[in-house]
Amino acid sequence: MSIDIILFLGLAVVAILSAAGMLFSRNAIYSALFLIINFSAIAVYYLILGAPFIALTQITVYAGAIMVLFIFVIMLLGAEQTGRTPASWWMRPLGMGLGALLILESLYLIFTHLHSFPQPIEIIDGFGNPGQVGEILFDKYVLPFEIISLLLLVAMIGAIVLTKKKMKR
Amino acid sequence: MIMDWALLTEWTIKSLVLIFGLIGGFAYLTLFERKVLARFQVRIGPNRAGPHGILQPIADAIKLIFKEELIPAKADKIIFIVAPIITVIPALIILAVVPFGPDIRLFGRTITLYISDLNVAVLYIMSVTSISVYGIVLAGWSSNNKYATLGGIRSTAQMISYELALGLGFVGPILLSGSLSLVGIVDAQKNVWFFLYQPVGAFIFWVANLAEVNRAPFDMPEAEQELTAGYHTEYSGMKFALFFMAEYIKMIAVSAIAVTLFFGGYRGPLVDQFPVLGPLYFLIKVVAFLYLMVWVRATLPRIRYDRLMAFGWKLLFPISLGNVLLTAVGIGLVGITGNNLWLWFIPVSTILFFLLVSHFAQGAVAGGNK
Amino acid sequence: MLNNWLYIGLILIIAPIFPIMALIIPRILAPHKPSPLKSETYECGIETVGDTWVQFKVQYYNFALIFLIFDVEIVFLFPWAIAYQQLPLFAVVEGILFILILVAGLVYAWRKGFLEWF
Repeated sequence: MSIDIILFLGLAVVAILSAAGMLFSRNAIYSALFLIINFSAIAVYYLILGAPFIALTQITVYAGAIMVLFIFVIMLLGAEQTGRTPASWWMRPLGMGLGALLILESLYLIFTHLHSFPQPIEIIDGFGNPGQVGEILFDKYVLPFEIISLLLLVAMIGAIVLTKKKMKR
Repeated sequence: MIMDWALLTEWTIKSLVLIFGLIGGFAYLTLFERKVLARFQVRIGPNRAGPHGILQPIADAIKLIFKEELIPAKADKIIFIVAPIITVIPALIILAVVPFGPDIRLFGRTITLYISDLNVAVLYIMSVTSISVYGIVLAGWSSNNKYATLGGIRSTAQMISYELALGLGFVGPILLSGSLSLVGIVDAQKNVWFFLYQPVGAFIFWVANLAEVNRAPFDMPEAEQELTAGYHTEYSGMKFALFFMAEYIKMIAVSAIAVTLFFGGYRGPLVDQFPVLGPLYFLIKVVAFLYLMVWVRATLPRIRYDRLMAFGWKLLFPISLGNVLLTAVGIGLVGITGNNLWLWFIPVSTILFFLLVSHFAQGAVAGGNK
Repeated sequence: MLNNWLYIGLILIIAPIFPIMALIIPRILAPHKPSPLKSETYECGIETVGDTWVQFKVQYYNFALIFLIFDVEIVFLFPWAIAYQQLPLFAVVEGILFILILVAGLVYAWRKGFLEWF
């Protein structure tokens, strides 16, 4: 069990540092790189939880496809070198206040429910293997699955309609 | 968690063998390519360093180590140095899920000839491929050179376009074998190689692979007359060698994956009796594919960029979608009728579909810039 | 199963050693005589004009967007393909419907000239 804890803590450090790095980088490309590291760390979390299919999907779709899209957006906007945009005077205190509220809330929840969290269950052999994911996805969750395809279609059409104007100039 | 030191040592040795095998394979693949290209052009090729030039790769390596490395003043230095490393690592780890032979017995213990038999191996390959895009786009961007940046972005757009056809190419063998594990897919090809059921799938997979590793005729990011050397224009010495290495190791890797998915992997006559034959068959098949890659480079001219994108999106992608649908129908027919002969419905229908679509889409691809 | 991932982790640790060595060794062995002229940007010998990091074409973004959508589709097709032989006919039809809905999107993009490169 101790190795799991060490792995978890190491990953937590990587995830938090990369998230902070993403926020504080001046250069948008560096931010994107930090976000890729962050996504990968989270993929390893899924692995520890015994969900290899979700872990690799996370890498393929998020760290792969979505971040390529981000990098293209950064290059499309020419936003690599934009300096710090002058923030309004109320933005910083508001952000800090909301952040502090969130931390307090989660601390409160953790400490009041310390003993009522569900205990981790032992992972049975073959749990989360892609075949079972497939059987459940197309049996129990077939309606959400079809709705996903419609959502993707809507997203695509929306993107086409929005960028079409730009392309005509 | 079980920590068995003997097991750990065994796997460290296997990983090192795989990595050094790939690096050695890269060195001799460059010689192989130069020799074969030379024969295509009725030349002799490198023949000075050692008999028949077999020491040429070593001479090249020594030359590259002693080259001065330049970092352009305007470049983004950190990413400029990290980019070659990011490019090489995916190429080195992608073959970790490919079985090179059946289990063999050595020193009284059974040794499996793969690093890892994941039950999501195909997805592992997909995710490593999708990560391998970054090295190239970052190399191009960090050089702060217009040719390099353009080459990097072009290359990325090309790779993601062909990744779709590549991903759909995986679906055919998965449908036939019912497994995402490459060990399972090879086992399912015991009697018939999937190439026979999936001729169109294998062909599209192969073409998409050529584009994915930026080989001719899809070597747009390195089109000399337009982009100098593409994303590695500013790189010199060992850093350049790393990009070169990544490209050639990827050639080996995609050949090995194509062999595993469609050509029975290590399977061949007498493998079950003599397991040692497995890696040998595997090697022969991979070399055959590498030869095909060099042959394609020697024969076909480079495709124009707009046509390249049209080819990927308007021809390869619809055909591979149709291939998946027809394969599903074929297997469904087997399930309903219980007659295995219906499997031959798949190659017949997909080839007809392929001819039909390529006939009609020809205009759309060739029309290009209108 | 967990062991298999351990081996992947192992090769992930071992793999970077070689490229890092390949960058360190020339640092010791290779000559190093920098000059401002050498570290100029190389654009075929002509002095560079203007900035490199400028705005790029919107089309790269368009293609990345369609790619993203179909990438998600392919990832969803994998579990369908594995379980295919165990699935009831209804689920099979659902999977095919899933593909066809997204094909409709592809056809729309094609008709709108979204797949044109210029």
